[in-house]
Amino acid sequence: MIEVQDLHKAFGAVKAVDGVSFTARDGEITGLLGPNGAGKTTTLRMLYTLMQPDRGRVLVDGIDAAADPLSVRQRLGVLPDARGLYKRLSARENIDYFGRLQGLDEATIATRCEALCKALDMGEIMERRSEGFSQGQRVKTAIARALVHDPKNCILDEPTNGLDVMATRAMREFLRHLKSEGRCVLFSSHIMQEVGALCDRIVVIAHGKVVADAAPDELREQAATDNLEDAFVKVIGSAEGLAA
Amino acid sequence: MNAAWIVFLKEVRENLRDRRTVLNTLLTGPLMAPIIFVLLINGMIARELEKAEKPLPVPVIGAEHAPNLVDMLKQNGIVIEAPIAEPERAVREQDADLVLRIPESYAKSWSKGEPAQVELIYDASQRDAQGSIARLQGILDAYAQRSGTLRVLARGLSPSILKPLVVATRDQSTAQSRGSMMFSMLPYFFILGAFIGGMALAIDTTAGERERQSLEPLFANPVKRSKILIGKLGATSVFALTSLLLSIVAFSLAGQFMPTEKLGMSLSIGVHFVSLTLLTMLPLVAMIAALQTLAAAFAKSFREAQTYLSLLMFVPAVPTMLMSIFPFSRQHAVRACLGIARSPRPEFSPSIQK
Repeated sequence: MIEVQDLHKAFGAVKAVDGVSFTARDGEITGLLGPNGAGKTTTLRMLYTLMQPDRGRVLVDGIDAAADPLSVRQRLGVLPDARGLYKRLSARENIDYFGRLQGLDEATIATRCEALCKALDMGEIMERRSEGFSQGQRVKTAIARALVHDPKNCILDEPTNGLDVMATRAMREFLRHLKSEGRCVLFSSHIMQEVGALCDRIVVIAHGKVVADAAPDELREQAATDNLEDAFVKVIGSAEGLAA
Repeated sequence: MNAAWIVFLKEVRENLRDRRTVLNTLLTGPLMAPIIFVLLINGMIARELEKAEKPLPVPVIGAEHAPNLVDMLKQNGIVIEAPIAEPERAVREQDADLVLRIPESYAKSWSKGEPAQVELIYDASQRDAQGSIARLQGILDAYAQRSGTLRVLARGLSPSILKPLVVATRDQSTAQSRGSMMFSMLPYFFILGAFIGGMALAIDTTAGERERQSLEPLFANPVKRSKILIGKLGATSVFALTSLLLSIVAFSLAGQFMPTEKLGMSLSIGVHFVSLTLLTMLPLVAMIAALQTLAAAFAKSFREAQTYLSLLMFVPAVPTMLMSIFPFSRQHAVRACLGIARSPRPEFSPSIQK
């Protein structure tokens, strides 16, 4: 479970995140929706302790991220916005490296590799060097290495960004798979359709603030419209920076 | 397994797979300097030796005024060339290395027993001509001395009255110490070797990691950043050290390809020297790796880092340049070392403050 309490982060005069609070529960998919530049990535970066918030608290499974960042990172599987691979290493070696940094032993890494390879359907690319991977193959490898330590909580920053239709479908399927395993899944997106189709709970962020936090149905009710898309536009105040 | 060790192993493995890095570290870096060194020194020695033995052509103006002197010059390997019109200009414009002018008054002064003047026209800033000038001057001096002795003898005096003082020189230099002139260039080459060896990794592990966007995922792991840094520094140091070791070995082999014995020098680099050099360079290698990593970590891209590190390469040239301007004796060196112990090496501190 990930709890975010009143996060603030400013870069100079720009308030990127201005009082964001929400909770992502286990066994649920929580979507962070917002236009480009709304503060989604900054919020997530504070969650996985890459940045320190100016104010506010992050709790992962009850552990304060500011007090014990290492334990928090152990409990998180993170697919950041930046998902570069080591080109001269094979997919397996990329995953293996992160597994070792997570403190896993070789046998565990091998078992997890097999499981992830199957779940993400990356059989033929496992032993290939990641130089020349397609966008989809890169994302798969990045996800596999992020989840090698079998984390209870998964944070994915725009996981379908740059993927084609088939890969996007597979990715959504994989997120549901993670949910069915009882994990807490938190992902960000600026694609309304995706969030609407996948999420148990939607947190809408605009201008660094949470403007809505509800289940898709509630959101429709709040905005008094049947159409989720219209509901989003209504709570955000404009359709700028969103994609259907 | 320790996280720093994991990072270290991964960086070493990944960079060993990069052909360009391996070539630079293991071949170009350590071998370039010794090869240039050998070619340079060989060329220099060969030219000097050739010059000392070859006939030296000298334009002589007014040769007819001093036939005896001209004969003597010919006997000593000087080829008398036709006089040229404007000797000063010719020398300035490097058409001639040196010109000998014998004035009309020469014969008269000589026969009167007065000092007869000859003019040697040369350009002292022409390094190339220095050997020739010294050679001709030596021949003229010898002629003057011989003639003087003969004149004194002819007056029934002992030639020794012309030598109230005799200076006997006792040169205490050994073949080894004469070679130290060449050795003085070695530290720079060694430091350069370590610089080139560490460069690729210092960039790849910092700016490279940032550019290929793998730094953020790396930091999402439950590992202290200091441990990641230690692993990366370790890998950079090991590559720099390997490059340095190869560099030293290459130089020890290079000594055998140089005709140092012809100059009365010895340039022998044994196992003792190699191990001692490695030991003294060890802290410096770690410092170079740290310095390179620091500079590269400030860069946003690979190219930017390359620019910084290229500029950084001038840093090790500073002490070498200072040493050639203010030659160091052993006492100086010890005093300088004690100074270093008190404060960081002055030439490195500005970059660290950055």
